[in-house]
Amino acid sequence: MSMLHTVNKSPFERNALDSCIRLAKAGSAILLTEDGVVGAMKNTNYSKTISDAMSNIKFYVLGPDLKARGLSEDNIVDGITVVDYAGFVDLTTEHETVQSWL
Amino acid sequence: MKFGILVNEGPYTHQASDSAYQFAKAAIEKGHEIFRVFFYHDGVNNGTALAVPPQDDRHIPNQWSELAKEHEVDLVLCVAAAQRRGMLDEDEAKRNGKSANNVAEGFRISGLGQLIEAGIQADRLVVFGD
Repeated sequence: MSMLHTVNKSPFERNALDSCIRLAKAGSAILLTEDGVVGAMKNTNYSKTISDAMSNIKFYVLGPDLKARGLSEDNIVDGITVVDYAGFVDLTTEHETVQSWL
Repeated sequence: MKFGILVNEGPYTHQASDSAYQFAKAAIEKGHEIFRVFFYHDGVNNGTALAVPPQDDRHIPNQWSELAKEHEVDLVLCVAAAQRRGMLDEDEAKRNGKSANNVAEGFRISGLGQLIEAGIQADRLVVFGD
């Protein structure tokens, strides 16, 4: 059963994304939203954690939340897919359950 | 698909109310049904009829009310969370001997059972909070 995880905290502020990556099963997906989008940025201390986890987990980031923070889609870790709210809705339907890491 | 949405954070606090609203709108635009939005903890403040935000800012409680009106979305405030925070509808105000009520149009006050029911009835329950 595949699960969609949503993480709305920056990995530099809380360890929600760490816990999520540690506990997410292979084949599940993680959507970074709100301040969580910071975790998607390239060339940070966190980028490698995301790249390493990508072999088992699909990563998505919410485009409008990147834009709201002045962060560019061109500057995110390779392999992360940018989605809008419609894409967010699709992700929730494509996975059987949704877990929000608040 | 049927969606249940849980909002655990108040308006203008961080981003949960906005995210939940944008998500609900996108789901409706894609032809899905929002079975219910349940407001819990500080989330009940989304249902205030007394908010007067600056004119150039979004009016979060009104956005919800309009969504409820246009798409018949059931907006439910948790009764225990609401009473603690001074959110009262007409019945609750009368029952508690209060002089006014402040629940915005489209919202209703009910119990936690409504959240459980949303979890059972909806295909997906999506949680927004801080």
